[in-house]
Amino acid sequence: MAQPEQLLYSKEHEWVRIEGDHAVVGITEYAQHSLGDIVYVELPKVGTHVRQFTNIGVVESVKAVSDLFTPISGEVVQINDALETDPAAVNRDPYGDGWFLRLKLADTSEQKNLLNARDYEKLVAE
Amino acid sequence: MNQTARRTALYDEHRKLGGRMVEFGGFEMPVQYAGVLKEHDAVRKRAGLFDLSHMGQFRLSGERVAEWADTLTTNAVATMKPLQARYNLFCNERGGTHDDTIFYRLADDRWLLVVNASNAEKMWSIVSGHPGGVHAENRHGEDALVAIQGPMSVAMLQPHVDVDLASMRYYFCEQTEVEGIPAVIARTGYTGEDGFELFVDGAYASNVWNALLRAHARDGLEPCGLGARDVLRLEAGMPLYGHELTEEITPLQGGQAWAVKLSKPQFIGREALAEQTQRDEHPRIAGILMSGRAPAREGYAVFLAERRVGEIRSGSFAPSVDGGANIATALLERDAATVGTALVVEIRGARHDAHVVPLPFYKRSR
Repeated sequence: MAQPEQLLYSKEHEWVRIEGDHAVVGITEYAQHSLGDIVYVELPKVGTHVRQFTNIGVVESVKAVSDLFTPISGEVVQINDALETDPAAVNRDPYGDGWFLRLKLADTSEQKNLLNARDYEKLVAE
Repeated sequence: MNQTARRTALYDEHRKLGGRMVEFGGFEMPVQYAGVLKEHDAVRKRAGLFDLSHMGQFRLSGERVAEWADTLTTNAVATMKPLQARYNLFCNERGGTHDDTIFYRLADDRWLLVVNASNAEKMWSIVSGHPGGVHAENRHGEDALVAIQGPMSVAMLQPHVDVDLASMRYYFCEQTEVEGIPAVIARTGYTGEDGFELFVDGAYASNVWNALLRAHARDGLEPCGLGARDVLRLEAGMPLYGHELTEEITPLQGGQAWAVKLSKPQFIGREALAEQTQRDEHPRIAGILMSGRAPAREGYAVFLAERRVGEIRSGSFAPSVDGGANIATALLERDAATVGTALVVEIRGARHDAHVVPLPFYKRSR
């Protein structure tokens, strides 16, 4: 499965797009497919400080509740409000309309703990 | 995957169709193929095809099966006519539920008893442990069960059978053939839609499965997994063993009082159930509608004002309720279980509004 090359990835199947001192976070195509039909997303409030690889919310499919981890540390500056009424956007467009939140980066060196597209492709191929 | 999980006769078909396999009731079963919502939609609007071969099938025979079963179960058995099917429950002495089942009277002296997969071993020891002149044969894992459910079930199944399906009554069955294969066809199901359950020898299960899919996939017949089945049954207000019924939850508590015949002189659990009916103080299963978008899930605590009054037993997003809503069942103290009662469900430490609604959540238009 090909992955967008401009993104970084976590082993928990989240993606990060670095935009200056901000990062946009979502879950990968592989994650949305594994979860199935998503019916609810619970995200941290704007202003919350989150730490890399910690639990920051939940993603619920019809039948299951899954923890959501942040792939990078920072302060939440925006969440995707549209997911409240249209959580299926995560299934339809996980790298676009289905984004989760925008962080103000706390520590740019954390990016070394993430995978590039090629290494993430290898992970999901296993 | 559990190394010891068994496979149904349709395992290879599930893999070919891209079914996502999970362990359930000791079998590797498809939880979904195309997706729970798509499969759910097919059953409500067209039809879905289910493999239920993991369920336990016992063949019972003898002159005295009805009398024997009437002492072991809560509902009436002796009054069943040949070719009739009836929902029934086996209880323990405390009135708690061993299993909820369906009896099919195939002939005067021949019966089919279908039990839940998760209870099949327990139920076999109960059935075989009460001999009473009844011959019992355990066909669990040998005989297959394929269900077609949805408003187009009659139209899709009719070309494959000789009996006139439209004139078959709900909760009746026929001994006939499907695609020339000996089968019991019953107008029963677990989805809240019209439909049929087809009992065939496992050796021929894929013939039946593939014939139906080949003929009707283009008209919208979808293979459906356990995920869609659970949403469909919850919307239809039907209990799932382990959730609304357990060894601790009686049929009266689980909303199945209609299937408890205290007028029968004697059956296991009768005294406890009679006392529970008399006192009418027991916690009971109620339908819950969440006000917001967060789904209630099994085990979440339920409050009436500040008092904890029970817990969620099943919960899901329900596409057929109010155009898409979160529904649940909860085992609630009596005074909290009245329709209209405003409740609070605790979800990850936060309070979410809900209220008690009548069951079922969904009723098809007939």
